[in-house]
Amino acid sequence: MWEYTDKVREHFLNPKNVGEVENADGVAEVGSIACGDALKLSFKLDENKRIQEAKFKTFGCASAIASSSALTEMIKGMTLEEAKKVTNQDIAAYLGGLPQEKMHCSVMGKEALEKAIENYQGAPAKEPGAQIVCECFGVTDREIERAVRENNLATVEDVTNYTKAGGGCGNCHDAILQIIERVRADAKPAVQPKLTNIQKIKMIEETLEREIRPSLKHDGGDIELIDVVGNRVMVAVRGACASCKASDITLKHFVEAKLRDLVSPDLIIEEVAP
Amino acid sequence: MKIVYLDNNATTQVAPAVLEAMLPYFHDLYGNPSSMHSFGGQVAGKLRDAREQVAALIGASPDEIIFTSCGTESDNAAIRSALATNPEKRHIVTSRVEHPAIRSLYAHMAGQGYRVTELPVDKSGILDLEHLAASLTPETAVVSLMWANNETGVIFPVEKAAQLVHERGILFHSDAVQATGKIPIDMKKNVIDMISISGHKIHAPKGIGVLYVRRGTKFSPLLIGGHQEKGRRGGTENTPSIIGLGKACELAARHLEAKESPMQGLRDRLESALLERIPQSRVNGDLSQRLPNTTNISFEFVEGEGILLLMNEHGICASSGSACTSGSLQPSHVLRAMGVPFTMAHGSIRFSLSTYNTREEIDFVAEKMPPIIERLRSMSPYWTSVGQACASA
Repeated sequence: MWEYTDKVREHFLNPKNVGEVENADGVAEVGSIACGDALKLSFKLDENKRIQEAKFKTFGCASAIASSSALTEMIKGMTLEEAKKVTNQDIAAYLGGLPQEKMHCSVMGKEALEKAIENYQGAPAKEPGAQIVCECFGVTDREIERAVRENNLATVEDVTNYTKAGGGCGNCHDAILQIIERVRADAKPAVQPKLTNIQKIKMIEETLEREIRPSLKHDGGDIELIDVVGNRVMVAVRGACASCKASDITLKHFVEAKLRDLVSPDLIIEEVAP
Repeated sequence: MKIVYLDNNATTQVAPAVLEAMLPYFHDLYGNPSSMHSFGGQVAGKLRDAREQVAALIGASPDEIIFTSCGTESDNAAIRSALATNPEKRHIVTSRVEHPAIRSLYAHMAGQGYRVTELPVDKSGILDLEHLAASLTPETAVVSLMWANNETGVIFPVEKAAQLVHERGILFHSDAVQATGKIPIDMKKNVIDMISISGHKIHAPKGIGVLYVRRGTKFSPLLIGGHQEKGRRGGTENTPSIIGLGKACELAARHLEAKESPMQGLRDRLESALLERIPQSRVNGDLSQRLPNTTNISFEFVEGEGILLLMNEHGICASSGSACTSGSLQPSHVLRAMGVPFTMAHGSIRFSLSTYNTREEIDFVAEKMPPIIERLRSMSPYWTSVGQACASA
């Protein structure tokens, strides 16, 4: 059984704003019955161009219905500029959180809102050049890119939880992985996505020498690189550090953070006996 | 709130008589049946009785019964033994609608280099024996086909299938977890080599299972250890549960002997009431080749998780084959193998009864279901367009 918050339960059992707005200014439908959930969102603006009324019809599980209900409550009274800034994280937060596997319900709400606004403003309904990556659920590369960027997703499983992509036959997992790597590489242009081991060790050594040892030495300590196995960086602490009770904290918060920032975000610092 | 439990294919309550039979073996009679002293030895006598009770339910000899920890262990022990005793054969056969215990095991074996054939079923969930015959090769080590399906209750012709398989010198295993105790099984009248049984589906506790191995079948144990179960399954016997399972089998045999099955009558009553009161609903699975306790009904254009949660508000327990309830994103593999359309598969609910359900409970469910479906349909974007389509037609 899913662990839903009271807020999700409340919005599922007593959903707000079910139906379709008459003479709506913006309407959008996202999802499909094959995918297992779908949402039809409609809204109407008042004379001040604020959202006066928003309604939904949803086919889907409890969290899809609750997310739709929450969304319509959240955007009421907003200008379209304000509504555009609502993210799927905002919808999930409004509900006191959603199970990871159900985050795609909040993403569906965000997509419907965006498309309904586009429908009103006359912007292109489809992003040009988007390619279907997940055939099972009809998810495009653009949708995956955005979910990865906005929610800082790191694994294929994360992407499936947020967009459903990859949740069917699994044939697109490699393609999704490539998108994740591409987006994360773009987000940190200074970092190469794939370092060879030699490059990695070199960069770690340089970073230790340049950024870390000077400040440790300042406190009478020192650090030595013992080995690098995959992403595990094994170090030994010397001098004052070796007897310092706070050296664990220093390693995690200072040394590891620096290495992750400057070399690779996946690195893990491990202390080995000197 | 009173609970109306219609999820007996998931698990069942321990029968009061079963619990009563078990209790002494937790405190007064806690001895190890393998001990030399009579304090332990007297328990061995009780295990013998239980083994006879289990054997009697399925027309087996007591020495063909191996107690295990669950149905999944029995399935693993059966298939792994079949492969271990036929190391030169690298092909294994099953169906597309098996329980995860077999499906995942076969997928694991595929990863170990075995060639796997998954036989299709038709839209009623029925297996074609010609497909089975065509799939068998001299390379085939074992065929595993479930006796009855856990989601739809559809019964496979396993006895005929076993005949076909046996003629070619291939081992046949059946996961009989759902069939045992619900329909008659007589191992004297078939040539099936191994079947798996689970205690908690027939009013015994969780954590006890049985693997039946026909006398003369080569067997290689999964758990290596002591001499228990004649060396075929090491580990100190779960004495209270074995004794409870013996009692549960005795009760099940008595229910099967009764001429009338009130459970089937109640299942039919529920099914016809729901089909009549709820438009755009249908039963998944063959109506005649089916367990007497199971009905799987799809309500079009709504989603199963929502249905279950609204049922939960009334204390009604059942299951769904929808994607959202499975934890995966695809609806049930059983319904997909049967080609049930997506509009139907997502809104499927499985009701599974036990002998403990009453007519009042069934009528309560039949009364509560229509407004639940109506409420979710009123929120569904698909329902309106279909309603309009129907009205204009």
